[in-house]
Amino acid sequence: MNLHAPSRREVLLASGTLFAWAHLPRVAYAESRDPRFLAIILRGALDGLATVAPVGDPDWVALRGDNALTLNSKVPALKLNDFFALNPAMPNLHKMYQANEAIIVHACATPYRERSHFDGQDLLESGLAKVAPSDSGWLNRALAGLAPGGRVDPRGSRVFAVGPVTPLIARGSAPVLSWSPQQIMPASEDTMARLLDLYRHSDAKLAAVLDDNSKLTAIEHAGDIAKKPGAQAGAQVRAYFSEAAGNAAKFLAQPDGPRVGALALDGWDTHVNEGIASGRLSQLLGSLDDALAAVKANMGPAWKDTVVVLATEFGRTAHINGTDGTDHGTATVALLAGGALKGGRVVADWPGLKAANLYESRDLKPTTDLRAVIKGVLKDHLRADERVLAQNVFPGSDAAKPMAGLVVS
Amino acid sequence: MAAKGPQAAALALHRFGFGPVGDSISAIASDPMGALLADLERPGAGQIAAILPSSAESAREVSDFQAAQQAQHKLEQRAKQEADAKAAAPTNMAANTGNAATKSSVTNVASNMSEATTAVALPPPSPPPRPANQPPLPQQLLLSEAKARFDAAATSEIGFVERLAWFWSNHFCISADKVVGMAGPYEREAIRPHVLGRFADLLSAVESHPAMLFYLDNVQSMGPNSVAGVNQDKGLNENLARETLELHTLGVRSGYTQADVTSFAKVLTGWSWIPPFEPEHGGEFAFVKRLHEPGEQVVLSKHYPDTGVEQGRAVLADLARHPGTAQHIAEKLAAHFVADNPPPSLVGKLAKTFRDSDGNLKEVAKTLVTADESWTPQRQKLKPPGEWTAGVVRLSGTQAIIPVGRIMNAQATLGAPLWRPPAPNGWPDTEAAWIDGIPHRVDVANEFAGRAQGVDPLALLNSGLGPLASRETRDTVARAETRAQALALLVMSPEFLRR
Repeated sequence: MNLHAPSRREVLLASGTLFAWAHLPRVAYAESRDPRFLAIILRGALDGLATVAPVGDPDWVALRGDNALTLNSKVPALKLNDFFALNPAMPNLHKMYQANEAIIVHACATPYRERSHFDGQDLLESGLAKVAPSDSGWLNRALAGLAPGGRVDPRGSRVFAVGPVTPLIARGSAPVLSWSPQQIMPASEDTMARLLDLYRHSDAKLAAVLDDNSKLTAIEHAGDIAKKPGAQAGAQVRAYFSEAAGNAAKFLAQPDGPRVGALALDGWDTHVNEGIASGRLSQLLGSLDDALAAVKANMGPAWKDTVVVLATEFGRTAHINGTDGTDHGTATVALLAGGALKGGRVVADWPGLKAANLYESRDLKPTTDLRAVIKGVLKDHLRADERVLAQNVFPGSDAAKPMAGLVVS
Repeated sequence: MAAKGPQAAALALHRFGFGPVGDSISAIASDPMGALLADLERPGAGQIAAILPSSAESAREVSDFQAAQQAQHKLEQRAKQEADAKAAAPTNMAANTGNAATKSSVTNVASNMSEATTAVALPPPSPPPRPANQPPLPQQLLLSEAKARFDAAATSEIGFVERLAWFWSNHFCISADKVVGMAGPYEREAIRPHVLGRFADLLSAVESHPAMLFYLDNVQSMGPNSVAGVNQDKGLNENLARETLELHTLGVRSGYTQADVTSFAKVLTGWSWIPPFEPEHGGEFAFVKRLHEPGEQVVLSKHYPDTGVEQGRAVLADLARHPGTAQHIAEKLAAHFVADNPPPSLVGKLAKTFRDSDGNLKEVAKTLVTADESWTPQRQKLKPPGEWTAGVVRLSGTQAIIPVGRIMNAQATLGAPLWRPPAPNGWPDTEAAWIDGIPHRVDVANEFAGRAQGVDPLALLNSGLGPLASRETRDTVARAETRAQALALLVMSPEFLRR
């Protein structure tokens, strides 16, 4: 029966509008759960050690010095268990954790072992074992590979994607429903800083203009702490994160809406003045924390059926570099949130922080394959077939068995 | 010796075109100069292929639209007045019960009310209401014209002739703020057919185009001794005559006098248009003899007998071949394509070709690209906003993705809204005028890059800059945090901003 031939990409122009496809009748389910799944890609490489600090590791403070978050920091890290603590910018995630609605996976990585953002992001989203061109992503293939009559409501047979460009993770044969926030992400301070650096090395006149511009902004907002340089941009980022993730949740929560979705949040490439406890990363994590709260609020009753996975292309160096930041690394954290989780746990096969334990003597060593985590969620939450997961969704991932027990059965 | 190789090719594409795209650098590397010369011979070069309404048709549509809007507005006002009167009426009655005057006032109100009701019940005089998200008609016309123009820039192979069209459009600018509905058609009708033709024909087409005649107020000008001038006690408006001398041909302070301006203005009286509300030929050029100043005129010491419309054509023809015009045009062309302060030798070559060829603009363009001075490796010119924006869209392949309205907004953000220069001298063509807008360009770059699909930043770097890319720029692009950021940084690199 061909009730509706969906275009490959249905575009919603504004929130709250038209779910235009024909409604398929709700079939009776043996299962009580109507699962929702949201993937949030953190582009730029999130510093896992600054997000979830191994405060119980004897080498921790020595490794990061003043930049090491501890339970005794000026703004203390939020205790997760005897070994790990969460960045204080994330109280909402902490509450979810305490309510058994969040899982932290640490020392985790994709199979990618180089340090290019573009390739790393492609691999994270394509789900391939090696860098190769791909026109589809693992989330789309996972949805397309679900057996009919399974746990996922057939009305949700579209991948929801946020942004003017569908992220690779959501592309593929299953139709994509996309929506863009009203506001666009402003050019970040990071972009400005990179340009200024380029101009200083190559074009003095252009450098002078950008420099003057930032000084003017500083003078304009002098004495006004809320408007100090960066504060306004920070507020825009915060608003964007919450709008993007919060509205994704609104769409997924609809009874006849999509059941899986994806979005990407940029800005995590913290080479200079990382600002772990207060500053750039702290603000970004705070924005992310707000976005998670917005997801929970907007999911409403569907939150109990929800799993959100937050993943990044790779981690950052264990050590702080010469400019109070961190460079491209390897293992990092994956954050899971949602009412369907068997949460309140940190999952980690901790590799340690001694020099000999670091990957290539510089990065946190990966001990958990991110694909095992995601496969575990897809298998137990969406009832994806394990063989399909190993062959189509994450091809060549047989060794990375689905992690069991992440989701309430 | 013509420069060859990818370096010269990339230079040529940035300096004379809308920037490289795809493999265009390697495609013309064996003979960049030859590729530019070939662009001049391409059939249809500089023309807009899309079928769009003529300036007269546009003017009539806009006129009808505005009249209908005005009527609509008037009806709404009437209805509101009636509603107000109705609301006020019971109060009057209560305050003046039993008063004879009250009775008549109530009657008045009632009769007005019935009038209003009748009026509102009439079918609306405007065309059927447009869908909620569709812009009003003048804006729709503008968007279609803008789309055709941007597509031409984005899809042209090199875009040299298109750049010439943009240059002449700015040289002979009008403003869409004043000449509603005609900006795009004017460029297609008066400018584009002549960008590789004779300057005299270009000048004649421009100065006799209704858009220019309206923009520079010549439709209001009358000879003091003309029939209309005598009857209405009105006279000259010198605007068109002055700007033709000062901006379009000889250039400011080039020796003409106020007497020349006045005489020339007299010559041009009667060059007018048929008002756009005329259903058949509204918006078309008309020589209205009744407005024309009778008699011989002297312009730049030459006597022009009164031959009606031909008197003006004769003056324009002489202005077109005046050596001062050759010099003025040569200076502007060299400054636009090569440097804010171009080498005098280049200006000299261009002026000489202009004079020797009787203003053959194709020959002038050939001189421009064959002159050694045009191939200086110093890339000093800051691309003006429109050209840079078109280059970004073209390189990133986003012309089908980014709505033309967004592109126009971006240009407005950068201080150069399309076809809306603040004055008849057009947009400035110097670094000093545009460099302060660089921070705004970062926002536009960021937005456009965020909409580009399947960006391969390093491939675009090689496509867009090739050997022009400095090591610093390569590193900056390669190290970007996302593909979108990489693209934004690429189009904001000095090598992409300058040419």
